[in-house]
Amino acid sequence: MNLKQTPLHEEHVKLKARMVPFGGWDMPVQYTGVLAEHAAVRERAGLFDVSHMGEFLVTGKGAAAFLNQLTVNDVTKMADGRCQYNVMCDDTGGAVDDIIVMRESADRYLVVVNASNIDKDFSWLASHKPEDVSLTNESDAWALLAVQGPQSSKLIAQMMGQDFNDLRYYHFKKLTWQGCDVILSRTGYTGEDGFEIFVPARAAAKAWQAFLTAGATPAGLAARDTLRLEAAYPLYGHELTSKISPLEAGLGWVVKIDKGDFIGRKVLAKQKQEGLKRRLVGFNMTEAGIAREGAPVFSEAGIAIGFVTSGTHSPTLKLAIGLALIEYGVSGNILIEIRGQKKKAKIVPTPFYKGSAQK
Amino acid sequence: MGNFPAELKYTKEHEWIKIEGKLATVGITEYAAEQLGDVVLVELPAMDAEITKGDAFGVVESVKSVSDIFAPISGHVREVNDALPETPALVNDDPYGEGWLVRIESSDATDFDELMSAKEYESYLSEEA
Repeated sequence: MNLKQTPLHEEHVKLKARMVPFGGWDMPVQYTGVLAEHAAVRERAGLFDVSHMGEFLVTGKGAAAFLNQLTVNDVTKMADGRCQYNVMCDDTGGAVDDIIVMRESADRYLVVVNASNIDKDFSWLASHKPEDVSLTNESDAWALLAVQGPQSSKLIAQMMGQDFNDLRYYHFKKLTWQGCDVILSRTGYTGEDGFEIFVPARAAAKAWQAFLTAGATPAGLAARDTLRLEAAYPLYGHELTSKISPLEAGLGWVVKIDKGDFIGRKVLAKQKQEGLKRRLVGFNMTEAGIAREGAPVFSEAGIAIGFVTSGTHSPTLKLAIGLALIEYGVSGNILIEIRGQKKKAKIVPTPFYKGSAQK
Repeated sequence: MGNFPAELKYTKEHEWIKIEGKLATVGITEYAAEQLGDVVLVELPAMDAEITKGDAFGVVESVKSVSDIFAPISGHVREVNDALPETPALVNDDPYGEGWLVRIESSDATDFDELMSAKEYESYLSEEA
């Protein structure tokens, strides 16, 4: 398979990043080392190329109603300039993707989707689209850079020549930067305060270099994963899949059962009414070992109760942490099988680490 | 492709071995450490454990991946690097020095004959790549 390259590919090669395939893209997994990059984001500011993410423009009189029918959160409650975390479900209540909906105006929305789901999501949306809505895949036109960390607002001010302290969490602004139309949103995937900036592909390298000059540390996918896991954010394909509903994934706050009909509502309403059979929990190992994705989870008595969806070493806590989908109601000590041995772990509240992100 | 001291022997599993009489100090090569990335966990066998050439006897785990350590020779574990549980990063920082893993007392001297020289390991790596 031919790997796709982001508009920043050359910049990564220049920095001697180690490149790996990710969701069909050739992406930087690390520049100098995951631990140093992780620490840079927690303590200062890191710079991520997330241009592999997809962007769809949804416009027209029926745009809000259309998006509301396809997602579990309430799009009709959004104001202009707002971002909304949302999930598209199928008829079985399983997740098609988790997305961010950005409302430019009542009949104009930008939908940000996961890289590996661009084609699937576009077909899904297109197949449900009414005539009064127009849907465009703008993924190739946009580069997306994320600046994350307690110092990110300082870096943004330096780069944009004005400060954005009044831009609140999950809000965005359309701006002009060096003659280009850009979108600046206060969003991220690290648990830290941060911004994501959409720039036209041709201006990507210029924006990247401006952030580096301002002092951001380039950070790769490996750090992005440890950071999001410390913040206990779900990753599609792991915590959310076509077999895992947003309710099971702990995203009950996103699911607005009473907003009116939407795809997946029947099953989700039933799950809510009858009670969940399984749910996502955070755990940390209390014995040496790192539980990885797929590792079987057992109760203290040795009964199989589920599996690990993501697991890693937490660079901030210096502990093995993870998320697991297990039988509803289990708490306290559990066992996780690592290379044939059951190792002790315990269920803990999430997030594992609370960063500088405002909420 | 990195630094491979000439006085050491090497395996296809990317371990280095320093032979002093019957005693062999074992670690992973700089190439292996770089491939793994930041090492965060090292599991080593118990003292005096008997190990068999080719068997997995320990684990080196980085943030992203897990690798078994295979016994390059048969024998008994006579020393383990006690610094590693606390400071696994030694494997990245000083793979041929402070980052050593175990010392094995060989039970079959012919095991040594099958190890690669630094030159042989280097050409093995370039073929693998």
